[in-house]
Amino acid sequence: MTVPYRLTINGAEHEVADAWLGESLLYVLRERLDLPGAKSGCEQGECGSCSVLIDGSLECACLVLAAAAVGREITTVEGLQPDRGDFTAIQEAFLAEGAVQCGFCTPGLIVALTDLLTHNPHPDDLAVREAISGNLCRCTGYGRILAAAQAAASTLAGGAP
Amino acid sequence: MTDTTTTTSGRVVAPGKGGVGESASRPDGGPKVRGEFAFAGDLWAEGMLWGQTLRSPHPSAVIRGVDVSAALRMPGVHAVLTADDIPGSSRYGLERRDQPVFAADVVRHVGEPVAAVAADHPDTARRACQAIVVDYQPLEPVLDPAEALTAPPVHPDGNLFRHLLIRRGDVAVLGPVVVEGSYEVGMQDQAFMGPEAGLAVPAEDGGMDLIVSTQWLHNDRLQVAECLGLPPEKVRLSLGGVGGAFGAREDVSLHIHACLLAQRTGRPVKIVYSREESFLGHVHRHPARMWMRHSADRDGRIATFEARILLDGGAYRSSSYHVVANAACFSAGPYKVDNALVEADGVRTNNPPCGAMRGFGAVQVCFAHEAQMDKLAQACGLDPVELRLRNALGTGDRLLTGQTIDGALPVARVIREAAALPLPPPMSPNEEMTRPGGAGRTADAEHVRRGVGFAVGFKNLMYAEGYMDGSVARCRLADGLATVTCAAAEVGQGFVTLAQQIARTVLGVDDVLLAPADTTIGSAGSSSASRQTWMSGGAVQKACLAVRDALLADVASRHGRRAEDLAIVEGRIVSADGVVDESVAEASAGQVFEEEVEYHHRLTHPLDHDGQGDAHVSLVCAAHRAVVDVDADLGLVRVVQMATAQDVGKALNPLQVTGQIEGGIAQGLGLATMEELTMRHGRILNPSFTDYLIPTALDMPEVVATLVEEPEPGAPFGAKGVGEPPTISSTPAIVAAVRAATGRPLARVPMRPPDIAFGP
Repeated sequence: MTVPYRLTINGAEHEVADAWLGESLLYVLRERLDLPGAKSGCEQGECGSCSVLIDGSLECACLVLAAAAVGREITTVEGLQPDRGDFTAIQEAFLAEGAVQCGFCTPGLIVALTDLLTHNPHPDDLAVREAISGNLCRCTGYGRILAAAQAAASTLAGGAP
Repeated sequence: MTDTTTTTSGRVVAPGKGGVGESASRPDGGPKVRGEFAFAGDLWAEGMLWGQTLRSPHPSAVIRGVDVSAALRMPGVHAVLTADDIPGSSRYGLERRDQPVFAADVVRHVGEPVAAVAADHPDTARRACQAIVVDYQPLEPVLDPAEALTAPPVHPDGNLFRHLLIRRGDVAVLGPVVVEGSYEVGMQDQAFMGPEAGLAVPAEDGGMDLIVSTQWLHNDRLQVAECLGLPPEKVRLSLGGVGGAFGAREDVSLHIHACLLAQRTGRPVKIVYSREESFLGHVHRHPARMWMRHSADRDGRIATFEARILLDGGAYRSSSYHVVANAACFSAGPYKVDNALVEADGVRTNNPPCGAMRGFGAVQVCFAHEAQMDKLAQACGLDPVELRLRNALGTGDRLLTGQTIDGALPVARVIREAAALPLPPPMSPNEEMTRPGGAGRTADAEHVRRGVGFAVGFKNLMYAEGYMDGSVARCRLADGLATVTCAAAEVGQGFVTLAQQIARTVLGVDDVLLAPADTTIGSAGSSSASRQTWMSGGAVQKACLAVRDALLADVASRHGRRAEDLAIVEGRIVSADGVVDESVAEASAGQVFEEEVEYHHRLTHPLDHDGQGDAHVSLVCAAHRAVVDVDADLGLVRVVQMATAQDVGKALNPLQVTGQIEGGIAQGLGLATMEELTMRHGRILNPSFTDYLIPTALDMPEVVATLVEEPEPGAPFGAKGVGEPPTISSTPAIVAAVRAATGRPLARVPMRPPDIAFGP
């Protein structure tokens, strides 16, 4: 069964015309709206690769029906950076600290850490670990990601962009 | 050489430079942090269909019939393929073609592909697979590897992949101190984050284009072409963005299925595995059962070593033949052993196929030999570190296989340096979150015991036993811009960064483009066996050197000089007398210098009937010290710190080496404490991230690492591959630490809470 609906993603309205209503937000983002930044790693909310913000709350897009996200503000990794070619402080820190290897978990981690630093600008090591414990990474062992989180927190606290 | 100034954290101070030895940034980092990097699963093509694979629910069964008619009738379904629909070869396989593209008459493991569907929506494809009726007659499966050699053959090729005997010296006369034990390693999964994905696109010339996540484009291409009934040049593979590999992408997965569906429908077909299908659709680390007996003099020097190793290869061969060799060759660990008898078997069963995973046979035996070394230390009344130092292998010593170690192998040094790293502070009595059990708040501080364990491991770099290994690279220099082409698969390890660093260093340019990795150039071999830094790094270096020589010859002829009198210094071509001084960009303006080369390592040789021979190119070692806190009542472990010293030859990119060390330790920690595919009747019970646990940020401890740089003769820049050693000895170090805290024998990994709390 299909009913057209509209989603608000990264500040823009998107028409979803002929989608099966059983499709997850992750599927609709990736396959219908050309927003593949959120990754599909497990389809059951365990890996965090599909992390997005919905009304400012960190969610796994694979666990949300797209049609249930109508009328809510959805932010994906594509909506975090100001302009093409620019990076947020967290993204900059990921690059500088070597937090990226295969990069599959990276968008989800960027979204999760954006959420953390919005609510807790000065997290200690344990707070960062707790905040990203729902984001699995198989390459890095998390060491450089934790370093990036602290570097980004410092940058943001210093008032840099 | 460009600016090599780095901070203590290894960060790049001068972005835009980034030669060899610097912590240069990844060229794919920007797109990856922005979510713009195209992984294979992100691909899309006009008119694309979705493929889905139907897999066997039985470990062993006869297929009496397959009825696809209901699936074919479903709206949106464009093709349903079975074993009857393969135009070319019906079998594939990494080293031997023993694996059916689709099971025809029998299925040999749970998860074996039986049919594939192409449909206009992934859910339609899934439902169509459910509508296929397969008439199975289940058979009694062979599930116990110890019974495989006496059981009826699972496959026409028989149930033995390899029996390898290594006989050296004489083990008849034991030393006065004897220790022995039996050990077991469970089935670990690579569990990369980006599931298998590929997009097959039929080409106008009747050929096929496949964009796929893989470790080895050219080997895949041969297998795909054979099954499609096409000459290899009509099948073109390109690397889709790879979300981690760790060995699991050496074997073909969906490649042939996607191409067959695309060939049949004439439309692009994309297949992306679900997490469950990923667990079913790739090889795993071989489960192992091992027995070892060491005898030693009273001062702890090893007199004799005996081992029996049994690896369960599952239903198909994959790389089992060579995993057996590695397990046998490195079974004694990096220690001097003059008298040894090792017997290793890799057998076929109806369990899921096993093959390559980071460490490749060395992981399993390291768990056993390091437990043995601790027993030996205890029996001799020696400190475990001291015992290891007394037996440490080094340059000039011989391996179990008789080969003399002629390269660098600083075993004693990694042991000393790891042991000397600072220990962590005691457990904070007030911080409940950092106790074993964490947020569960299960452990009282006074019941938590701390333990320290030590382990050392080693393995070979690159392929062995006479394999003719090579890598092809091309370098093009025009107007100061270098372009490097190489089919080496970037799987996350950072080869793309190294390729740029090498080109910058050799050519003195800042700007290095990397062409896409595909089969339009010759093979770079596999991104496995810690080999690409050496092999494809060597190929890139050789290609860049050839271009540099051509450039210098050109400049020399213009100035009436000899090329030998010129050098590239900080991006400028200069003569010693200062007369010639022009930038590489100026010198290459309006010209194209292009060279393609093939790089080979030195020859190796097969093992003889006593398992003796110069089979290995190079060796690498590492030592790990683990500190754990254990709740011995509940059997819960928290790893507090991992300290390591690793033999790296030369760190081409210290930050990336750190990433490999930390990531490899995470996988070793996983094997020690949580990771196992649990099986019942040949079926994986936990094919999900809900049930197959891998370490989270809360499970990973602080890692303290020191890089031991002793340049390897013959290796480009003296650098060794760094990916595997962190995974080899981290596991036994953690288990040794838990033994130290609890006194339990812990002869199996992963350790389960009852093993820690109750024994045996």
